[in-house]
Amino acid sequence: MTDGDAILVEGLRKEYGTKQALSGLDLTVPNGTVQGLLGPNGAGKTTAVRILSTLLRPSGGRARVAGFDVAAEPDQVRHRIGLLGQHAALDEELSGRENLEMFGRLYHLGARRAAARAGDLLERFDLAAAGRKPVSAYSGGMRRRLDLAACLIGSEHRGGPRVLFLDEPTTGLDPRGRGEVWSAVRSLVEGGTTVLLTTQYLEEADQLADDIAVLDAGRVVAQGSPDALKTRLGADRIDVVVRDPARLEAAASLVGMAARAAEVSRDTDRRLLSAPVTDRMAALAETVRALEAAGIEAEDIALRRPTLDEVFLHTTATTAPTAATATAPATKEGTA
Amino acid sequence: MSTTRTRPPAPVPAPAPLPNPGTVLADCWTMTRRELVHWRRRPVQVVMNLTFPLMMLVMFVYFIGGGMSIDGYEDYLVPGMFALTMAFGLESTMVALTQDLNKGVIDRFRSIPMARSAVLVGRSAHDMLQSALGLVVLVLSGLLVGWRWHGSPLEVAAALGLLLWLRLAMLWVGVYLGLVAGRPEMVQAVQILVWPVAFFSNVFTSPSTMPGWMGAIADWNPMSATARAVRELFGNPVWGGGTWAAEHAWLLALAWPLLLLAVFFPLAVRRYVNMGR
Repeated sequence: MTDGDAILVEGLRKEYGTKQALSGLDLTVPNGTVQGLLGPNGAGKTTAVRILSTLLRPSGGRARVAGFDVAAEPDQVRHRIGLLGQHAALDEELSGRENLEMFGRLYHLGARRAAARAGDLLERFDLAAAGRKPVSAYSGGMRRRLDLAACLIGSEHRGGPRVLFLDEPTTGLDPRGRGEVWSAVRSLVEGGTTVLLTTQYLEEADQLADDIAVLDAGRVVAQGSPDALKTRLGADRIDVVVRDPARLEAAASLVGMAARAAEVSRDTDRRLLSAPVTDRMAALAETVRALEAAGIEAEDIALRRPTLDEVFLHTTATTAPTAATATAPATKEGTA
Repeated sequence: MSTTRTRPPAPVPAPAPLPNPGTVLADCWTMTRRELVHWRRRPVQVVMNLTFPLMMLVMFVYFIGGGMSIDGYEDYLVPGMFALTMAFGLESTMVALTQDLNKGVIDRFRSIPMARSAVLVGRSAHDMLQSALGLVVLVLSGLLVGWRWHGSPLEVAAALGLLLWLRLAMLWVGVYLGLVAGRPEMVQAVQILVWPVAFFSNVFTSPSTMPGWMGAIADWNPMSATARAVRELFGNPVWGGGTWAAEHAWLLALAWPLLLLAVFFPLAVRRYVNMGR
């Protein structure tokens, strides 16, 4: 453990009976960074967050958060973390202000300081106008922002807790609510908070995370920055939009040969072909030449980086045989 | 990302705040207060909770008592209704706890450096307060339908104490069931299953009028023990008797809740503490 690490996890295991939820998780998160945890359902993301936030005791291994062992010194950890679970953990009948004041008192701020902090946080999260309304009248995005504010009320320094756990923070939110939560998280990170983020939305990890760990069957199967992951695990791709849908198949075999790719994905509706490439420029030149020689007209030809969706499916498909049938969608619009 | 870093010893921990009785009490009060704010937020539900036993009272005294033309039925029934309402209190405890569990509020409380005991202590303090208030309303309603007590003030106070004693025991049964079930469907099942328990008792009629086996169950029902004991203390008719359970109702009215508490309080606390397993 160095002073620069907010989270240090070594060989963390969790068993429920015979079922292994975590089987030797290793993870190091430096201070002030955003660590994304990606993985299919049941990969162990939530279990990891629950152990690190002291809600669950590990079966084995070691985890330190903000310098303290989660199993041996849970109260020390609790003073330094904020937890945003999958559901907004608020009292629906209390107003936003009453919720914050209640949590502030439970952090032993005292009634006056709790009230002052609550006022500040309502301002900061743009909830001052709704502060006196019961939470049951809030929109999904407002609830999530209040939930975030509640994570911050007890922290000793103004910038927020040292480590913030976000377990699928935008699941069920509309795009606007999602944007609101993202900008709130970004401003916290600017204040120096370390964030551990689990998500099923690859775009979310791409937007927020400095580093991404892909979890499968309770352990990390790939890790790196979003860029590095894309480079390491998915080659660049060539996309070709064919004008005549009848010639899509013919074009697919040509593109496959030109790019020296084993597989070409097809999107018939959009007349789009996509194949991984190793030598970018050669593949581009050969594709143009081959299509021209065959008299197939292309509307668009482009080289691009793979999306995280493609990386994600590739990574988890190689480790989990059950997911092997999944083929990478050609666009970023697909949800994982 | 490299995970092989050299690891100097962990930084010196900041001094841990010792759990002092003052903070524990403050946390419990914060949790109780939270529930009291709910009263202000849902006055309709509070009124409904208070009027439900009142409706039952009116229904049984006037429709059934009147229909069967039993003289003085209200003097028999009203103390029984007190006991029934206290026992049914386990439902409201269970519902509230299940909701908190499902909304993740309990998770947040558990991730905060607050007193561990405050969540359950706050819950029980509030529920007892609510039941005490409910009991006052019920006593006043009883007086309205013609029920009277004939005991001394001390006996009346003892009767009210026995009723709240039963409520406290049922509260912890409710806490345990709420923690174990954790799902709204289970709450519904319990809400239905309490009815046979209510009818296999002396609340509405004497066990001596029931078939032998049913009478025996009704006689030994914890609710019956409290109901008969408070009838005696209020100086109201007890009807029937002759069995050991009936003759020692006051003893059972003390012992039954004590036994329930001895079983369910540790079970509930252990269940709550072990939520992290």
